[in-house]
Amino acid sequence: MLHVVACIKQVPDTKVIKMNPKTNTMDRASAPAILNPYDAHAVEEAVRLKKRYGGTVSVLTMGPPPAVKAIKKCIELGADEGYMISDRAFAGADTLATSYALTKALNKIATIKPIDLIICGKMTIDGDTGQVGPGIARRLDIPPLTSVKKIVEINKEQGYAIVHRKLEDGYEVVQSTLPCLFAVEKEINEVSFAPLPNMIKAARYQPHIWSVNDLEDVDRKQLGLKGSPTIVAKVWAPPKPEGGKLLEGIPEEQVKQLIGIVLEKKELFQGKGGVQ
Amino acid sequence: MNFEDYKGIWVYIEEQEGVIAPVSLELLGAGRQLADKRGVELAGVLIGNRVKHLSQTVFEYGADTVYVYDDPIFEHYRTEPYMYALLDCCQKHKPEVILYGATPTGKDLASAVATDLPTGLTADTTMLDIEEDTGLLLASRPAFGGNIMATILCKKYRPQMATVRPKVMKALKREPGRTGKVVEERIWLREEDVRTKVLEIVRETTKKVRIDEADIVVAGGKGLESKEGFQLIHQLADVLGGAVGASRDVVEAGWIDHHHQVGQTGVTVTPKIYFAIGISGAIQHLVGMQNSGLIIAINKDPHAPIFQACHYGIVGDAFEIVPLLIEHFKQALAHLNEAAVTEEEVRHA
Repeated sequence: MLHVVACIKQVPDTKVIKMNPKTNTMDRASAPAILNPYDAHAVEEAVRLKKRYGGTVSVLTMGPPPAVKAIKKCIELGADEGYMISDRAFAGADTLATSYALTKALNKIATIKPIDLIICGKMTIDGDTGQVGPGIARRLDIPPLTSVKKIVEINKEQGYAIVHRKLEDGYEVVQSTLPCLFAVEKEINEVSFAPLPNMIKAARYQPHIWSVNDLEDVDRKQLGLKGSPTIVAKVWAPPKPEGGKLLEGIPEEQVKQLIGIVLEKKELFQGKGGVQ
Repeated sequence: MNFEDYKGIWVYIEEQEGVIAPVSLELLGAGRQLADKRGVELAGVLIGNRVKHLSQTVFEYGADTVYVYDDPIFEHYRTEPYMYALLDCCQKHKPEVILYGATPTGKDLASAVATDLPTGLTADTTMLDIEEDTGLLLASRPAFGGNIMATILCKKYRPQMATVRPKVMKALKREPGRTGKVVEERIWLREEDVRTKVLEIVRETTKKVRIDEADIVVAGGKGLESKEGFQLIHQLADVLGGAVGASRDVVEAGWIDHHHQVGQTGVTVTPKIYFAIGISGAIQHLVGMQNSGLIIAINKDPHAPIFQACHYGIVGDAFEIVPLLIEHFKQALAHLNEAAVTEEEVRHA
């Protein structure tokens, strides 16, 4: 029986986020909050492992109270328990401070039920760093395995896992001792639709919510803004390039002009195309 | 922490099967500028099995010093042994800055090293600068899915670390014979202390053109409306002998595989010609293609940001313009190649 913990995050949907063109700031209210899409694959994989080997799936997140919604989404996907750490003390954390806080929460979860495996998504779509997963693994002193695209075997009795790690031109088969941490690629699975009973369970589900006072051995200097070595000094609109020349005329003429421009680089085309 | 003790700019040299990753050479170019501005040394950190001879290449691309960890334990990349080597090197020689390629390996290693040191790590940097007097690294990167740029600092810890996107910085011109100081290092780690083992490496050779190496990239976006509509992109790429690229939403819609995604969370490309068709041009896409030689945009919306980033644009419907392009290119290329053949014949006559 495995105990797998998936670390997840609620993020603004950066695809639809709008910018205020006057102030160059983000209108966060314009973006719906969603479960980080890469984390959905992590939860899905944890649930598949539960079906394969038996056991429990827990999810853990750090965030403001509305992030409960992301936990409920994970319950819909088949997770059994949800844990959230939520406190002003965590606010403003960079990846180093985030991995510290999550590690303290994982230690507490482990006292409730020992953890065999931690799964994270490859990265979040708001931070785009992919640094928190390996950070957690280092803090817990367990092997981090990033770029995991397939889980071949988990053998709890003999204490090992075998996975495929994606390489640029293929993959490698890696064996690791358990417990360990995987950061998974989205190609690892297709996220299933939530079955109705899970949706009902999720609607009623109340996650465990912990403040900083609920965690053990916390050095407050390592939390939140205070514990974050990186600071965002400046946020700015990307430099606007000069802008191109728009071709004019009816489509036929535009296309002819364009082909004239492109074919000035004729060395690129010799021996290519045209003749069928 | 005494900042005075930390000196020099380092680049982690990523190596696989005796070949240095191009991004590491690019970072030596960027690192050289930072080092010169600060008036300090540029060093490469080379970790692997039978890699010592690669030091020469690292010197020829701009480094003054190379720290080498050459041992069978480094045969395949694994986080723990590589991390211990870098931690050892940091402890002994105390750099002020370490740069890594934002490759899967570079990110994995940098994240682990940053946690153990501990220090700050900025991911996926696309612009780097350094304050001459304070040595403060100004690492800028697209943030929030690429909607804005952020400049990130690490004021209170050393070394300052960043992963840097491939193909954004420029390698220096190789200077054959340029040399420097090799410092050989060892870590006392035994194979049985390492908790992961690489059992097998499977290389998947594919026929497809790699978009990061292609001279011509034809990229499509949501403006193609459907997977079927996206076929136009494949057709144009075929005619031009180019590779197919795509925006993130197209990949997420499942019209094409992730390998084709251009941009912040995909691949950075620098082809000689880049076609952006039905792509609006969010900054996250732009950072992945803005260094292309000639950028051509086709989009219905005249206000699409892509028109600010292109060299030439056509405001129009992809479904009207692209078939015309395919037809006219076919004819033009047939002519071009006939002409080339004739020239050749004349020369040989």
